[in-house]
Amino acid sequence: MKLSRGWIVVSLVVAALIGVRAFTGGGMGRVYVKSEAVSIDVPADAAKGTAATKVEWTAWAQVPPRVYKAAEATNPAQTEVVFSWGRTIGLWIAAFFTLAIFSFLYRDNPAYRFTEAVIVGVSAAYAMVLGFWETVVPKLLGALTPDFVKGWVLPSLSDQGPAQVVAMCFALVLGVLLLMRLSPKGGWISMWPLAFIIGVTAGLKIVSHVESDLIAQSVATFKPLVAFKTDATGAVAAWPTVWASLANILVVAGVLCCLTYFFFSVEHKGLVGKGARVGIWYLMITFGAAFGFTVMGRVALLAARVEFLFDDWLWLIDPAGKRVVETMSMLTAW
Amino acid sequence: MDGRGRRQVKRGFIGILERLDRRWIFLAMAIAVAGPIIYIGITGKTLPETATPAARAVFHAIEKLPAGSRVLLSFDFDPASGGELTPMATSLVRQCAARGHKLVFIALWPLGAQMADDAIRRVITADYPALVEGRDYVNLGYQAGNEAVMKVMLTDFVKAFPKTREGMATGAVPVLSGVTRVADFPMLITISAGYPGAKEWVQYVVSSSGGKITMVTGCTGVQTPQLYPYYPGQLAGLLGAIKGAAEYESLVNATLAKGDAPTPPKYLEAQRRMGPQLGAHILMVILIILGNIAFFAQKRERAAGGGAAGAEARP
Repeated sequence: MKLSRGWIVVSLVVAALIGVRAFTGGGMGRVYVKSEAVSIDVPADAAKGTAATKVEWTAWAQVPPRVYKAAEATNPAQTEVVFSWGRTIGLWIAAFFTLAIFSFLYRDNPAYRFTEAVIVGVSAAYAMVLGFWETVVPKLLGALTPDFVKGWVLPSLSDQGPAQVVAMCFALVLGVLLLMRLSPKGGWISMWPLAFIIGVTAGLKIVSHVESDLIAQSVATFKPLVAFKTDATGAVAAWPTVWASLANILVVAGVLCCLTYFFFSVEHKGLVGKGARVGIWYLMITFGAAFGFTVMGRVALLAARVEFLFDDWLWLIDPAGKRVVETMSMLTAW
Repeated sequence: MDGRGRRQVKRGFIGILERLDRRWIFLAMAIAVAGPIIYIGITGKTLPETATPAARAVFHAIEKLPAGSRVLLSFDFDPASGGELTPMATSLVRQCAARGHKLVFIALWPLGAQMADDAIRRVITADYPALVEGRDYVNLGYQAGNEAVMKVMLTDFVKAFPKTREGMATGAVPVLSGVTRVADFPMLITISAGYPGAKEWVQYVVSSSGGKITMVTGCTGVQTPQLYPYYPGQLAGLLGAIKGAAEYESLVNATLAKGDAPTPPKYLEAQRRMGPQLGAHILMVILIILGNIAFFAQKRERAAGGGAAGAEARP
């Protein structure tokens, strides 16, 4: 598919704007960091025979460009606030990935597919690493081989009781059985741990759903159809009473009509049919509200990414006052 | 198609609408969102907000708590939902810190702990330096297990979160002294992007606590319709999407304003984000109207064409 003339013009205009932005004003897409000395006191450990000591290192915290400008103006030879190559490259990669994902709106392309693959790969790897360090090491290995884990990575690991050790042995067996799914002949064995997982989950969910959704929501539906509201003097306030009563009537009528719509044992004719019809209207309004909220959420996410491109990358805007000087000089240059 | 198989090209406004490439709509949406962002980013002007009862309820629930109360904040979201939820997280932490509440941060989403760190750095470290980590607030980090963690917290909070994010034993942290179970927190605030999130907190903790815990939540737009049935019974307040965040932010800003001093820009993030919302929503309304015009025009055309064909077919 060839680019139409309209899209060629749009692409050229955007590229030209970014090009102009890159060579005017006080720069764009740079990240600065400030060094901070950090130290912790390690107490003496008589058991290990180590003396009290102090561990010190330098941490680098990101600072707004105006902090760098101010530091440079005060002392051009300073090394406390410096330009960060690593974080700047990270920022440009983030900007590239954002634009690559947006490029799918035009059509599928290699940049989009590359970015998508990176996101999927990084997410999967992160989940695996997290699962290993947050679950397997502290909970499983920490219970079964506490001394090894303490000496290896978690010196502050607390001792587990025998009940915890037994529970973890059980979990380990179930986990191994679950992996039998990969075996060509022993796949059926994985059904046992799966049955355990489904049983426990169902048990947990049934109780909570009955408590919080069935009972609590049923109770919340029993509302007075006339709800008297009083003002500061204690007298009945007319309009608040009308509105509160109307709200309660709408809730009660909505619940009854929606239930009627889903009641298929009686033919939807006459009063039942009219009630079901009103139920459909309630459902449609609910779906509309849900769609509206979803759109609002998606627009907010889009706005956040566009803000990132304009603020952190292009330095076109400065809502948080991070640069001030660069943004204004750029506008003056334009 | 005409008799020779060529496509008839309709002219006029309806023809343009019918042939419109959807990518022009994407471009229009990009302009509708980017325009207000640039305008607000340069001028600093935001749209006025009037708080709805659900947002006011969140504000009053936190204000009503006696100063120094322990509040449990669960950050159940990650950067993918940060555009919607970070502004409300900032305002919630700010109001709690200003009220002098003791804050305990936890996360049931892997990256929630980092989001909590970010909120602590942005609000507490920057603007409430008198608050001391461990004494006034603590981040217990992420715990895997979803609902299982909630169930454990109901009976043994320390077992669910044995260590702080810094590796200190939870039982030794002053801000948690006396806490044995989740019901020891008079208030629970969740910032939720999905599963596990606000719905599970209501189902597994609030419903099981027998009314001992007051819960308020801020959630994404997708979750909001699912959570409205819980308000005002099981949820004391609800911030729905960026609109709820902007309403709540304006309430907190109005309460914590220092004379005529301008509000720091970091506390206006949600209100700034309502500008692009306005642009996008206006565009969508226009597109829906145009779509309906094209739809009814096509319908009328088909009816006219069908009627004529029917008349010709009659003997």
